[in-house]
Amino acid sequence: MDIFLQQIINGLVQGSIYALVALGYTMVYGIMGLINFAHGEVVMIGTLVTITVAGTLIKAGMPVVFAGLAGVSTSVLVCVALGWGLERIAYRPLRNAPRLTPLITAIGMSIVLQNLAMMIWGRNYLTFPSLLPKINFEVAGAHFTAIQVIIVVLSAATMGGLLALIYRTRLGMAMRATAQNPAVASLMGVNINRVIAAAFVIGSALGALAGVMVGTYYEIAHYQMGFMLGLKAFTAAVLGGIGNLAGAMLGGVLLGIIEALGAGYIGDLTGGFLGSHYQDIFAFIVLIVVLMFKPSGLFGEKTGDRA
Amino acid sequence: MLEVTGLHVAYGGIQAVRSITFHVNEGEMVALIGANGAGKTSTLKAISRVIDAVGGDVHFCGEKISKIAPHHIIRKGIALVPEGRGVFPRLTVAENLAMGAFLRHDKAEIALDQEKIYGYFPRLKERAAQLAGTLSGGEQQMLAIGRALMSRPKMLLLDEPSMGLAPIMVQKIFEVIRIVAAEGMTTLLIEQNAKLALESSQRGYVMESGEITLTGESASLLNDPKVRAAYLGE
Ligand SMILES: Nc1ncnc2c1ncn2[C@@H]1O[C@H](COP(=O)(O)OP(=O)(O)O)[C@@H](O)[C@H]1O
Ligand SMILES: [Mg+2]
Repeated sequence: MDIFLQQIINGLVQGSIYALVALGYTMVYGIMGLINFAHGEVVMIGTLVTITVAGTLIKAGMPVVFAGLAGVSTSVLVCVALGWGLERIAYRPLRNAPRLTPLITAIGMSIVLQNLAMMIWGRNYLTFPSLLPKINFEVAGAHFTAIQVIIVVLSAATMGGLLALIYRTRLGMAMRATAQNPAVASLMGVNINRVIAAAFVIGSALGALAGVMVGTYYEIAHYQMGFMLGLKAFTAAVLGGIGNLAGAMLGGVLLGIIEALGAGYIGDLTGGFLGSHYQDIFAFIVLIVVLMFKPSGLFGEKTGDRA
Repeated sequence: MLEVTGLHVAYGGIQAVRSITFHVNEGEMVALIGANGAGKTSTLKAISRVIDAVGGDVHFCGEKISKIAPHHIIRKGIALVPEGRGVFPRLTVAENLAMGAFLRHDKAEIALDQEKIYGYFPRLKERAAQLAGTLSGGEQQMLAIGRALMSRPKMLLLDEPSMGLAPIMVQKIFEVIRIVAAEGMTTLLIEQNAKLALESSQRGYVMESGEITLTGESASLLNDPKVRAAYLGE
């Protein structure tokens, strides 16, 4: 029971991060049917930029709080610029190309960004500066940290903000309308290019936040970290029903929990043959199972909202 | 008010519209009739800039609009009710109407217009909070027309508003189209239902295989033996 509760908590934390990243995939897919495979790399760059900015400022003697805030805001700005630039430079010229073309371009962009990051930050693992105090709690035999609580609360608040943006504002309505029928949305006066750019910008900002969270949580970063994180977040988006906002959120949390429980019990299940470092297989089992049995995800097209 | 000159539309090698020229005067309802595949929808799409024309010019209120961005068309005062209605299925009825007023900021006036549209189509008011995708075809057509009117257009382009609807629905919808026209709305009405279109309009154009083959007062077109034979089933 202890392991169970513990793993649920761990899964919830990891899942919140997946959810934030999954939203970036799902928003872009919802609006233009593109799987932006470079999104994981945007998140990675968010982590690395924070390391550089916050790390440098802390070394220069700035109080950790301010250094952290400066790191987070720079990272959001850089990721937003990156997401916007990707759309502008790599995807917009291919708007009317066959679907496979932008997809291949996305994979290409992901490789470009990884190599760029390798050139800037090197091949070694980097230590993420401690931005938050290490406080531990224990409830009902399960341990968790202040960082975990902050990650979950901040993710939930961010996602609440996103839902409010999409369902309560004019831009949000334009985004939903564009996802449903871009030609008619433009007849209503919606500038489709702006809406698509907004999807990239918002998704990248969420990705930057997720990048900071990943760094704070694991305290380590690497130029290749975006690949696995991106793949899992993509799995979460597919699990929830790609294109669907609520689906990405729930898919992320669910995937985090499945993975954590899997990691917690895989040793027992295989008689010690496989250890918890095999936890990555669960994400891919989930992906394969969803694609085989319910490719439209938990929230099939009909009930939800693509935006 | 609307001047279309030498408009030419092609899809790859398929010539959908071959250099057509026509006009619609202010306050007039003009019908553009023709069989399925004649090129009517392509004409409207090119005017509203959803697709690029291969050649020709479109002027509206004296201004050339054939090169502007599609999202600027509604700013000029042209509202299209697209073929197949094109409602946003996962927006509510009220949100669909709000999309029609997307570029407007005069909240009080928008609310008045919305009430006016609910007055034309009480069904829409009953279903205001429902997703548009759950409406019947006729209700969706009402919504598409209401949404277009929400922009307070100078001109309405209607692409087959009667398509696939039960006669009673067609009647209701045309009642409103005639009221709006009677209030002075300049309207270009596209229809396969030639009788309905010619009975509602002042002038008409007949389109065949991408060309305008006949034009005149609607009343005289209704009595034209060629039109009667080809489009009125006589
Ligand atoms: N997207 C398209 N791609 C290729 N051909 C098209 C397309 N849309 C219409 N056409 C062709 O153009 C011609 C005119 O079609 P359309 O304008 O829809 O006619 P109408 O509205 O009068 O029925 C038809 O031959 C049709 O097959
Ligand atoms: Mg048509």
